[in-house]
Amino acid sequence: MGLKSYLSGLFKGFYSLLVGLRVTNSYFFHPSRIVTQQYPENRKTLKMFERFKGEVILVHNENNEHRCTGCGICEMNCPNGSIEIISKMETGEDGKKRKAIDKHIYHLSMCTFCGLCVKSCPSKALAFGNEFEHAVFDRAKLDKVLNKEGSVLMKGVE
Amino acid sequence: MQGVLYDFTGLIQSIDAVFRASMSDLWATVLEYAIIGIIYLVIYALIGLFLVYAERKVCAFIQVRLGPNRVGPKGFFQTIADFIKLLLKENIKIKNADGVLFNLAPFIVIVASFLTFGTVPFAKGLQGIDLNIGVFFIMAVSSMGVVGILLGGWSSNSKYSLIGAMRSGAQIVSYELSVGLSLVTMVILTGTMQLSQIIELQSDGWFIFKGHIPALISLIIMMIASTAEINRGPFDLAEAESELTAGYHTEYSGIKFAFFYLSEYMNMFVVSALVATVFFGGWMPLHIGSWQAFNHIMDFIPPIIWFILKSFALMYVIMLFKWTFPRLRIDQLLKLEWQYLLPISLFNVLLMAFVVYMKWYF
Repeated sequence: MGLKSYLSGLFKGFYSLLVGLRVTNSYFFHPSRIVTQQYPENRKTLKMFERFKGEVILVHNENNEHRCTGCGICEMNCPNGSIEIISKMETGEDGKKRKAIDKHIYHLSMCTFCGLCVKSCPSKALAFGNEFEHAVFDRAKLDKVLNKEGSVLMKGVE
Repeated sequence: MQGVLYDFTGLIQSIDAVFRASMSDLWATVLEYAIIGIIYLVIYALIGLFLVYAERKVCAFIQVRLGPNRVGPKGFFQTIADFIKLLLKENIKIKNADGVLFNLAPFIVIVASFLTFGTVPFAKGLQGIDLNIGVFFIMAVSSMGVVGILLGGWSSNSKYSLIGAMRSGAQIVSYELSVGLSLVTMVILTGTMQLSQIIELQSDGWFIFKGHIPALISLIIMMIASTAEINRGPFDLAEAESELTAGYHTEYSGIKFAFFYLSEYMNMFVVSALVATVFFGGWMPLHIGSWQAFNHIMDFIPPIIWFILKSFALMYVIMLFKWTFPRLRIDQLLKLEWQYLLPISLFNVLLMAFVVYMKWYF
């Protein structure tokens, strides 16, 4: 090891250490960059993120219409059987009989939030909601019916 | 500057006079020793607890977290709660451990750090003991702690502890040299090892400015080597949580563990205080040569505040080291010492001797 490479290694190493120190030091003197959420206190203002997987929801619009045709693909795709579709036959305006959703049952207690149902839904009826405070005292409360009462299929969705 | 906050000598002497007037000389001495001992124990524990809190806050802020924030305002009483928890914990008796040595080890460690703590000059006249070989004493006693660490590792009868202790031994023996040589460099400049005199000599400028280049080199070496000597990250191979669970204190629990923990933080304080004393003037306010007006303004800040500010700034730097740099391997650790720090500090001693000989210092 020559003297030149010894000294250049020394100074380069020292410089790189100073660069690292500058980064951590700037974090210390800028506490506004802290990302920690003070959860129970900020419950009112807490805004979850777009990609957060809190629970599976069936999206309803303001006219209480959803896009679920009751095809059952989500039920087949669910690896742990957390979705049950109960369908019914319905007569449309044109007099034809077609399959429609009666109850879209979602067992939150079994769901692993893998997202296969949301991904595989052909009519994009399912989505992930941001609600995450799911703790309850009765297990039966975790079996949810996703379609709201009196909701109907959105027009134009086959 | 007048007033108690600026010079404690008068206060201490008057207390001493009161004691000596009301009882015999022997009893007065015994009582004074006892009182000073108790005060130092309390300060030792309080500074240690505060440092643990400060470390957790600093590391949290560096990692963009909040750190302790539930117990008391901003989590200030967190470490007191932790300490109470440690006191109440069971002292587990390790089967097949060497009982005597196992119980002795934490005491050696804490006694070593407490002895060095006694020489720290907090302010004018506020110093436990002002030895005329203060720097040498701190060097000698602080390296006694490694005996405790080795004993703890050996007597635990656990592989993790033994590996941690052996690493610690190799590390301290190596880095002791650099710490010693960088202090020798400064002693060449100061011409005395008495801490109070070292501070008095800096009344017209700190040694970091007076000694310029060699003092700066020796400050950098001192900071690196003393971080290694007190077994703190990035040189914390002795504990290395990810490799050895906790290193030499794996088998310790309860108050004995607290002793190790406390002494580790207090060593950090003593090292910072020593660096502040030798390089940055201890409790001496920032004085620049013959700028009378400037010096006078600086004198308004009490010396104890200066001392606390300096030592805490240095401790912040040591904490920054720990939370910025990754841990070294044992071969890198020894390479850094024997190939870089030691040759440079040897060269630096020569440079400082030359500078002093030519009177190139201020």
